[in-house]
Amino acid sequence: MAVREFAERGADLELVGIQKRFPGFTAIQDLDLKIPAGSFFALLGPSGCGKTTTLRLVAGLEEPTQGRILIGGKDVTSTRSHERPVNTVFQSYALFPHMSIIENVAFGLKRRRIADPVGKAHEALRLVELDHLAQRRPQQLSGGQQQRVALARAIVNRPALLLLDEPLGALDLKLRRQMQLELKTIQEEVGLTFLHVTHDQEEAMTMADTVAVMNKGAIEQMGAPAQLYDLPRTVFVANFLGQSNLFSGEVVGSTDTAVSVDVGGTRLVVPKARAHRHNGAVTVGVRPEKVSLHIEAPAPSADRNVVGPGRVLDVSFSGVSTQYLVDVPGHGTVLVFAQNTGSGPSVGVGDEVWSSWLVEHGFGLDDGAVETDRFPADDSTTAIAAQRRDDLVAELGEG
Amino acid sequence: MAFAAFTTAEAQPQAPRKSSRIALLLLLPGILYLVLFFLTPLVSLLLTSLQAPLEYGDIGQYQYAFNWQNYVDVMTAYWPHILRSFGYALAATVFALLFSYPLAYFIGVTARRWPLLQSLMLVLVIAPFFISFLLRTLAWKQILSDESFVITSLKALSLLGPDAHFTGTPFAVIFGLTYNFIPFMTLPLYTTLERLDLRYLEAGSDLYANPFTVFRKITIPLSMPGIVAGTLLTFIPAAGDYVNASRDFLGGPDTQMMGNVIEANFLVLLNYPAAAALSIILMAAILVLVGVYVKRSGTEDLL
Amino acid sequence: MSGEVQAAAVLGGLAESEQSELAGRGPRAGGPVRSRRVGLGTWLLPAYTVIAFVFLLIPIVYTFVFSFNDSVKSNIAWRGFTFDKWLNVCNVEGGAVCEAFANSVIIGVVATIIATTLGTMIAIALVRYRFRARSVISLLLFLPMATPEVVLGAGLAAQFLAVGVPKDMTTIILAHTMFCISFVVVTVKARVASLDPALEEAGRDLYGSPSQVFWRVTFPLLTPGIIAAALLSFALSFDDFIITNFNSGSVSTFPKYVYISASRGIPAEANVIASAVFLFALVLVIGAQVSRAARAKRLAKLG
Repeated sequence: MAVREFAERGADLELVGIQKRFPGFTAIQDLDLKIPAGSFFALLGPSGCGKTTTLRLVAGLEEPTQGRILIGGKDVTSTRSHERPVNTVFQSYALFPHMSIIENVAFGLKRRRIADPVGKAHEALRLVELDHLAQRRPQQLSGGQQQRVALARAIVNRPALLLLDEPLGALDLKLRRQMQLELKTIQEEVGLTFLHVTHDQEEAMTMADTVAVMNKGAIEQMGAPAQLYDLPRTVFVANFLGQSNLFSGEVVGSTDTAVSVDVGGTRLVVPKARAHRHNGAVTVGVRPEKVSLHIEAPAPSADRNVVGPGRVLDVSFSGVSTQYLVDVPGHGTVLVFAQNTGSGPSVGVGDEVWSSWLVEHGFGLDDGAVETDRFPADDSTTAIAAQRRDDLVAELGEG
Repeated sequence: MAFAAFTTAEAQPQAPRKSSRIALLLLLPGILYLVLFFLTPLVSLLLTSLQAPLEYGDIGQYQYAFNWQNYVDVMTAYWPHILRSFGYALAATVFALLFSYPLAYFIGVTARRWPLLQSLMLVLVIAPFFISFLLRTLAWKQILSDESFVITSLKALSLLGPDAHFTGTPFAVIFGLTYNFIPFMTLPLYTTLERLDLRYLEAGSDLYANPFTVFRKITIPLSMPGIVAGTLLTFIPAAGDYVNASRDFLGGPDTQMMGNVIEANFLVLLNYPAAAALSIILMAAILVLVGVYVKRSGTEDLL
Repeated sequence: MSGEVQAAAVLGGLAESEQSELAGRGPRAGGPVRSRRVGLGTWLLPAYTVIAFVFLLIPIVYTFVFSFNDSVKSNIAWRGFTFDKWLNVCNVEGGAVCEAFANSVIIGVVATIIATTLGTMIAIALVRYRFRARSVISLLLFLPMATPEVVLGAGLAAQFLAVGVPKDMTTIILAHTMFCISFVVVTVKARVASLDPALEEAGRDLYGSPSQVFWRVTFPLLTPGIIAAALLSFALSFDDFIITNFNSGSVSTFPKYVYISASRGIPAEANVIASAVFLFALVLVIGAQVSRAARAKRLAKLG
């Protein structure tokens, strides 16, 4: 059994045609995924999107209704979790309360009859700098320390694939940042394949080589963080990964390299290479930090899009940058992030401004559902009860 | 003890407790009652156990003395009964544990998705209590008597010898004790298993432990509080029971337990000192057990 | 002695956990819903559970069936089906069965009232107030539950004997109250501990005096626990045999009647009464569980 030997390095993971149905709802519709060996892969999405279910399927804690799971080229779909070369760092850590830290870490090694389990366990604890607490019980450690023990317990087994289920959720900001760096370092050092499930897009982008954004049981887009951020494919990705300004309109003209979209009377140009759709109704967008504010109407130019005039609704200072919310009649609101370099226009609430951005920074999405309400109407009791039920269903189905 | 193991509801963090005279007022009547009707009788029992027969008195008339000889007499006369009581109680406890654990596991772990079913199954577990315990025991006596369907069939199938009995043997008494105390074992086990966090089991499986190992190394240690509570709650009353072993029920002439002897001495032979001495011995043994438990877990958990 | 206490504590606890779900705290910890692989292992435990329940219920069914037996003296061999015993329950033996039953009910009610009052007061004091003798009192409350019934019975009897009090209804009631108090304390204590202290603080914040807060906020919230404790106490008292036997003199209670008739043949009427009590209790408990579940469902559907 492959489990008896340590993996020399990580293995790749392949999910083919996965479907997972629970009584009452379908968590995953049709999932295909390939994760290359030795990479740090993040599965990103909101609660209820199916990411935890995917993780549990890979760990062997659930069986797919349909589809196959391959680890290192071997079909493990019908193998049970204690026979798979996969280890999980659980969201709740799940450290055995009736064993000491060292016994916890040595547990997996002992089950596999690996030689010198305690020695190797000490090594793993040294890696996470907790060897001096080896005899303590989990209840005697802080949250951050428990998290590191959970990590050590999984890593010591040198699994082909390490699964992390939102492991940093319970930590405070500073500790979380620290752990993010540590996890990344350990992964590079040890060379295992990491599959990290999270709803924190910043975390996913910081740590992962590849990010897959999941929504409603399917992967919307997958790629390197920078790629995903620069060129989102769907409205969901554009809004979930960072923030976007989105505009809907009709394609009214196109050249070899770009399309022109009419949005409420204004012409916005998007390069064809960055637009998924080239005709009909499209949604185009731009990231807020790419937008500049002008207190006078800027001169029209072929390589900039201009939207305005509008009125500043809100100015939010957040240390590194300032966030401006501009109301432009016919376009809704435009969000602008300006880095506080101390130079550039400083505007106040009520000022009249124009927003512009370089054409090459815009993107065209593949779908076009744009939300108009800020908060969907949710004050009817039926809706509230239905919402509670949906939350409960999601909680039951998803970690 | 038992009861921290029982209650399924989580205790709320209490506000810092106030020290107050009201506490005294609330406690006094109840505690006084217990002192009067529990502690004092125990003291009475102790004194009675040291009594000596009244000179020239009738049967049943005693005077106060320091007749430690009573204890010696009682132990020499009744040591088989003493050993038998603890032996039967131990056997019944072990059987009850083996029987109840899977049952409690099913109700507390497997059936967690269906709370209404869980409640109904618990009702079924305690349902025997709604029928008088004497009648339950009698029912078994009749179901397992020599002329019954069960025994005659077993004899016909040659699983039992033609002259074999079931009732009147130690097996019948242990059977009866086990049956009657199954709910005492099942409920504490259930409460502990009901609170078992299944994620530990998943973690064990994730760390290469097969289902049997998970059970052995994770489930059982984590359900230990329930096992201990159930064991104490079964063993203690079983050791003092006398209905099951009584001749009119499941017992025979050779299965008399301490309880039978105490009853006989007290109510029939009117040998109060002997009965009292035996009671004290039984009580002392139980207190030792409780003492060991309290030493390990403290008194906060008792109630 | 009392698996009933565990029964009430667990059922009371069940009620509370359902209430906390109502309050929106969501599913119990235990991880996400897991879909199990279906194999041979999956059927083993449920099959065992079914068999276990059948085993537990055999004597009950037996007792119930034999209450319809057209028996003459002893109710051992089946002679024929009749409703007679149910219709003429009190005719046999000059109404001895009914008299015993009536005595048991009276004793149960009185002992319950006293024990519940005293016990509730102690429970409130233990949870809400701080005082020095805490561990001693916990121990004192725990001991009656841990003491074998023979010892309790013999002790009280010895005491009554020493003081010269004749054994009658009063002594029985005193005895029953004594052992019920501890169980009441445990049951109510669990309930008090699970009350959110913020509710009483809200009461005080809204200008309620301490006594108003107690009677209008605390007490109503405690009521389910108090009722559970009272039911438990009644059940314990009603079914008690051993302690009663030592302290009743010539007064007949239902279990005592059954024990005494065991040697010469228990009339089917005793089965009738036992079955009636069983059905009543079963309906009560199941009804309570089902109505709670229905209420919870209704509240979740609102809107």
